[in-house]
Amino acid sequence: MSGSVVDNTVSSGNSSAAIPTDVSGQILDLDEDDDLEVFSKDTTLTDGSSFNASMQTSPASMINQYKFEEDADTKDIFVTVDNPESHVTAIETYITYRVMTKTTRSEFDSSEFEVRRRYQDFLWLKGRLEEAHPTLIVHPLPEKFVVKGMVERFNEDFIETRRRALHRFLNKIAEHPIFSSSEDFKIFLTAASGELTSHKKQGPGFLSRMGDTVKAVAAAVRGVRNRPQEFTEMQEYVEAFSQKIISLDKVTQRIVREQKEYLEELKECGPTYALWSQSEEELAEPLKNVAGCVDRCCKETEEQVKNLSDHLIPVLHEYVLCADTLKAVLRRRDNIQADFEAKTEALATKKANRDTMRDDLDKAEDRLEWANNALKSDWTRWQKVMRTDLRSAFVDTAERNVSYYEKCLAVWESFLHSQRTDAEGNGKVDFS
Amino acid sequence: MADSGSEDIAVIGNTDLTPSESENNVKNAMVEKGTSLLKKMEISVAEAEKRTGKNAVNMQETYTVYLIETRPVDAASEGTNPVPDSLWRRYSEFELLRNYLLVTYPFLVVPPLPEKRAEFVWHKLSADNMDPDFVERRRVGLENFLLRVASHPDLSSDKIFYSFLTEENGWKETVFETGFQAKADSRLKALNATFRVKNPDKRFAEMKHYGDELQSVISQLLRVRARAADRLYGVYKVHGNYGRVFSEWSAIEKEMGDGLQSAGHHMDAYAASVDDILEEEEHYADQLKEYLFYADALRAVCRKHELTQYELEMAAQDLTSKKQQREELATGTIRTFSLKGVTSKLFGQETPEQREAKLKMLETQIEEGEELVKERNAECEEFVKSAWVDIERFKEQKDHDLREALISYAIMQISMCKKGIQVWNNAKECFSKM
Repeated sequence: MSGSVVDNTVSSGNSSAAIPTDVSGQILDLDEDDDLEVFSKDTTLTDGSSFNASMQTSPASMINQYKFEEDADTKDIFVTVDNPESHVTAIETYITYRVMTKTTRSEFDSSEFEVRRRYQDFLWLKGRLEEAHPTLIVHPLPEKFVVKGMVERFNEDFIETRRRALHRFLNKIAEHPIFSSSEDFKIFLTAASGELTSHKKQGPGFLSRMGDTVKAVAAAVRGVRNRPQEFTEMQEYVEAFSQKIISLDKVTQRIVREQKEYLEELKECGPTYALWSQSEEELAEPLKNVAGCVDRCCKETEEQVKNLSDHLIPVLHEYVLCADTLKAVLRRRDNIQADFEAKTEALATKKANRDTMRDDLDKAEDRLEWANNALKSDWTRWQKVMRTDLRSAFVDTAERNVSYYEKCLAVWESFLHSQRTDAEGNGKVDFS
Repeated sequence: MADSGSEDIAVIGNTDLTPSESENNVKNAMVEKGTSLLKKMEISVAEAEKRTGKNAVNMQETYTVYLIETRPVDAASEGTNPVPDSLWRRYSEFELLRNYLLVTYPFLVVPPLPEKRAEFVWHKLSADNMDPDFVERRRVGLENFLLRVASHPDLSSDKIFYSFLTEENGWKETVFETGFQAKADSRLKALNATFRVKNPDKRFAEMKHYGDELQSVISQLLRVRARAADRLYGVYKVHGNYGRVFSEWSAIEKEMGDGLQSAGHHMDAYAASVDDILEEEEHYADQLKEYLFYADALRAVCRKHELTQYELEMAAQDLTSKKQQREELATGTIRTFSLKGVTSKLFGQETPEQREAKLKMLETQIEEGEELVKERNAECEEFVKSAWVDIERFKEQKDHDLREALISYAIMQISMCKKGIQVWNNAKECFSKM
């Protein structure tokens, strides 16, 4: 399973609602003509109106123009995951994937990178990002090992599904205004295997020290007292969303099951018509023809089932995992607030170490404010991305269904056509 | 959709057919020009009704009666449209009519009745004889039966058939008066017995084999089709869940709400569309079933031919043995082993008077035997001639009808695909507004 398909449209979510500081930096980058050239060569950019020749000049429209360009041109890094390969060692067998990066960002030493990564490495990256940014939303990774209905880890379909999911994961990271500038991300994309291993061993950086503190606090937490209304609303939304997306996942899986069973029955129809044709003379030809038509429809149905399994179900599944991620993020935010509340109370009641406590309280307050703001903007960003992803997944599904019916329609129309020309030729039946 | 109303007008003498959606057109396929009753009379089974009454063992029973309407052809074309003559018949009376026809015209492939009990059902289809859908399909089947008989060159001129259509009271007695039952009983016994024909007619043997194959393959097709229909039903109906979940989901979303909600409606429409699709397919199944039962009628003709042949062979065999006996008696030689020969050896020969008497009896028997053989031979020849004409007619009818059925099946599939395309295009539009 090789093939280096640069499929950057898989997750076309644009990082629009980024936190201001990052955006300004990116806008400056875009003024370079070289950058523009690179982008115009990329045919996968679906937003064709990026380079509007007629630029308006009023200040307001200039701002809009920046935002617009920012949407299209912010993509200065392209990542693909492909080419799975199996590796056998004395201890284990595992799969690595090729991760290719093309970028114009100055912080990268070169413009193209190619490394091989295994699932563990992706897990590591995700963990690092979560540690560093406890209240930002990290896109989920495909599950470690799906037991239900799985034959083995190295099944072709499983590997392909996982590859696609890993590709989506990295692209989501690359499109995230904060994650994409993460040092760990850069190392993940560029370091040779040995380098990556040693970097992993280095231990947590200063950012994750904050994460450690959060973890320590979490252990002692007693719950949040005054959760702001908007976060309560978020939690309610996440609960409901989680239920809906799980239902959709289940419904879709049920549809796949029913279609498979339908296919099993349909597969017997064609041969029965063919068998019948052997006893007939005049009817032999139309019967054989019908048998052929039914068989062709079977093939289309088979492909249709595969499409659902390969395209819609993985996306729905990812958003089921997303819902869990959101719950975890909200919990972490709550913990940070709880920590602040605990420290506030401690300062009010205890007498000793007031200076240290005041210091801690200030830090906790900063942390809380930072966490809340980060979550708020990332929430908005996430909602946009979710909407885009699910919309395109369902649009795609609808298109495939249309295509399926169109193909079957053509099959039966060709049968009708053959019967009509036949009959009219024999003068048997007048179809006028 | 089902059948279009009460005033169904039979297609008369029309061999130019379009593969239209009209169930009747497809069914009234091969209508003979010329002698058919349909030239003079329109026939339809307009309605069905439930009745309750006392049966033969004086117990209450519920049964269905069907309204047969007839109208002279001229009246309709004149545009005056008078009230048709009508009478009510129940299924058992149709059966009686058919049994009479079977016995009276053993050399004809008699059109079959719709099934007595619902078979090849899939879960949503009811196996209950009282179920309105079953009754409706049976009504259509009974009408089809009458039209087939009325368009048959020979059957259409039968008096009993005519009075079935026109005389409500006393028809049963008329049928019994023909004495067909006696013939029926003896033939039935013979048909059930196993017998072997010495010189089987190859053509009939082939026809019987074909009948067996047709019956087997159509049964298989009906079974497979019913299972597939069941599954297809499941696929469509599950999509209804999308409708429900989209609707619930839209309640918690702001911008996505409208798109989701309307997409959900289309999913509901998709789920609901399967009911019509499968109802249409049921008509296709009914067309196949008719020929499943026709296969049986075909085999019956072949079997009856065998019986006729067998009876001829028996008569001929009997004649040969009687002639041989005469020869032996006349010449005094015993060529074949016979019990009489042995006993006469043991107990002495008969007297000349006894021999004379026996010879005379044999002569009479031989004369009668020769008459019988001549009769049976003529019967057989007549049977073969008439049967073969009807079999050829049947073959043409079958080829035409089944071809039309396959075409209408294709049209159904096309319609289903078009509906699918429409629904999913609509859904796609809604999704893109999410």
